[in-house]
Amino acid sequence: MGMEILIVDDEVEFAETFAERLELRGFTAHTANSGEEALRIVEECAAKVMVLDLKMPGMDGLEVLRRVKKAHPLVQVIILSGHGSEIDEAYGRSLGAFAWLRKPADFGDILEAVKRAEKLVTSGALQ
Amino acid sequence: MKQKHYYSSLTRNMTLIIILVSFTPLILLAALMGYYFETSYRGKVMEHLHELVEKHQQHINSFLDEKLSYIKVLADSYTYEELTDEAFLQNKLVILQNAYSGVFVDLGVVNSTGVQISYAGNLKLLNADYSNAEWFREAMKRDYYLTDVSLGLRRTPHFIICVKKKHDGTEWLLRATIDFVAFNSLVEEIHIGETGSALIVNGAGELQTATRTELMSNMAGLLSRTSWAANGAAPGTGPVVSSIAEVKTFSSGSNAVSGIVRSQNRNIIFILMPLKSGDWTLAYQQDQDDAFSEINHARVIAMVIFIFGCLAIVLVALLISHRVVGQIEKADLEKEMMNEQVIVAGKLASIGELAAGIAHEITNPVAIMVEEAGWMEDLLDEEDLQKSQNVDEFRRSLKQINLQGVRCKEITHKLLSFARKTDPLHHKIQVNDTISEILGICEERSKFENIRIQTELDEGLPLISASPSELQQVFINLVNNAIDAIGTGGGLLEISSRVEGDSVVVDVSDTGHGISKDVMARMFDPFFTTKPVGKGTGLGLSICYGIIKKLGGNLTVDSTVGLGTTFHVYIPIDAQTP
Repeated sequence: MGMEILIVDDEVEFAETFAERLELRGFTAHTANSGEEALRIVEECAAKVMVLDLKMPGMDGLEVLRRVKKAHPLVQVIILSGHGSEIDEAYGRSLGAFAWLRKPADFGDILEAVKRAEKLVTSGALQ
Repeated sequence: MKQKHYYSSLTRNMTLIIILVSFTPLILLAALMGYYFETSYRGKVMEHLHELVEKHQQHINSFLDEKLSYIKVLADSYTYEELTDEAFLQNKLVILQNAYSGVFVDLGVVNSTGVQISYAGNLKLLNADYSNAEWFREAMKRDYYLTDVSLGLRRTPHFIICVKKKHDGTEWLLRATIDFVAFNSLVEEIHIGETGSALIVNGAGELQTATRTELMSNMAGLLSRTSWAANGAAPGTGPVVSSIAEVKTFSSGSNAVSGIVRSQNRNIIFILMPLKSGDWTLAYQQDQDDAFSEINHARVIAMVIFIFGCLAIVLVALLISHRVVGQIEKADLEKEMMNEQVIVAGKLASIGELAAGIAHEITNPVAIMVEEAGWMEDLLDEEDLQKSQNVDEFRRSLKQINLQGVRCKEITHKLLSFARKTDPLHHKIQVNDTISEILGICEERSKFENIRIQTELDEGLPLISASPSELQQVFINLVNNAIDAIGTGGGLLEISSRVEGDSVVVDVSDTGHGISKDVMARMFDPFFTTKPVGKGTGLGLSICYGIIKKLGGNLTVDSTVGLGTTFHVYIPIDAQTP
């Protein structure tokens, strides 16, 4: 069982495919299709890395980020933004986002960010 | 666009109001002042004439009384015998003539039968028979008598003063002839202005004096109908003048009649006063125009001033209203352009939002597509699809999907960066990056227009401090203008950056149609555009100019008609940047 990752995106197909591709590479991927669901799942599983879409109906990415970082400061969050402005990005980074990628992001880039996050988490540097 | 008609009616109304408001008090004042001034002035003139004539009336009356009293004294002082002595009489005449030169012509004593029995004078009138003379008969009826002027026996105009005396039961007359010339001079003294003159007429309307001016035709009629109370009319009734159609104004008192009469198309002032207890009338006449020449003169001057004043008012009213309405029209036009601009800006903003929305909407499907393609690539590695002949084709196809996905991503990113909200905050900017970004956006369009773009960017360009979106706007405008100037014929668009003194200089040059002198004078004016209506707002260059000026830089232009145009953008290098 590899590293647990939570994929949060309101586009179900994207989240599913992305999860499958990650699992193909040895990760254990969970998916959530809304902010509320993401907060619930992050409580249940032991995901240490989260790939979070910024723009979602209902609770948006920034709000999820804020709550997750509050409840689980160790969880590393990689943000996928559609057209987030610099101001959003600055705010997100101030909330503790690990990486900020523009959608549609290259899978390789995301994977690279995920691996960096994994390294950070597993290295124990945060403990 | 409001109708031209609206402005012309506005001008007209404004002009009319100004004219009305200015004219009403002016006319009222002029009329009122004119009326009161003229009335009082006329009154004064009439009063003055009245006084003058009255003075002469008294003068003439006293002249006559005086001469009469001399003769009376002569008759009373000396006896019939003494006076009938010609030498004595001659002596008395000489005394009188010495005292009043030229007044007394001769002296004579006439007996009750009308024969002149004693005579002193130049004429040979001794024993002249006056028994049939009218004056003799009249004189015998009363104590003394003044005759009308007549030619008499001597054939020169004269009049006679007689005093009746009694001697031994028979009556005799002492008579003296008064020279007409001497008497006439009394009246001739009354001479005012051009036409004012006086004359004396007897009860029958016959002239008693020579006049320089002829008696106006109506005067005779007027005089013939005037009778003085003292002369037979019942006492207290005053002078009576029968109305004559031509008499315009008329007033009468116990001692005078005056008024204005129309004669031969002239208004003539007349004043009549009784002389010799009403036997004669002293008549004064003067042209009204002459008498009131001063006021007429004043009226002409006032009229001229009034007319020029009115002209000035009309002129000023026209000028002011034209200018004001011109300003209003200009303001309206500017407001309309502003409105249009706001609409255009709103449209642009909504297009920007729309573009951003579309870009974002496209992002997700593209992300999924790329993701799915990636998933398929992953699967290709694992499954025994490797054995398939077409595996390479699959791989190539998926790569292509990925590639096109990346292209979509680039397009949406460009759109999003363009539609991003403007950020007025200043940042440190590498101008070269901004230029590259802009060219990325404008590339497609220039390709379509067959325009080659050349850049010559100085890699060692220092940073400047500016708002990225504003700087973007400047270069987008300049590049778009350059592309517009080149048109569809194709051409070369060159952008170069360099450092010159304290500034970063960016030159944007095109091989377009160039800018003519008169356009160059106004090209930075807001709302000035050479593009067809609806195509350009006329704001592009003025906004560029404003932005660059705000940065402390400068925007200049070199242009040759037919060859092309180069814009030079000077941006000061940020002092804090190393």
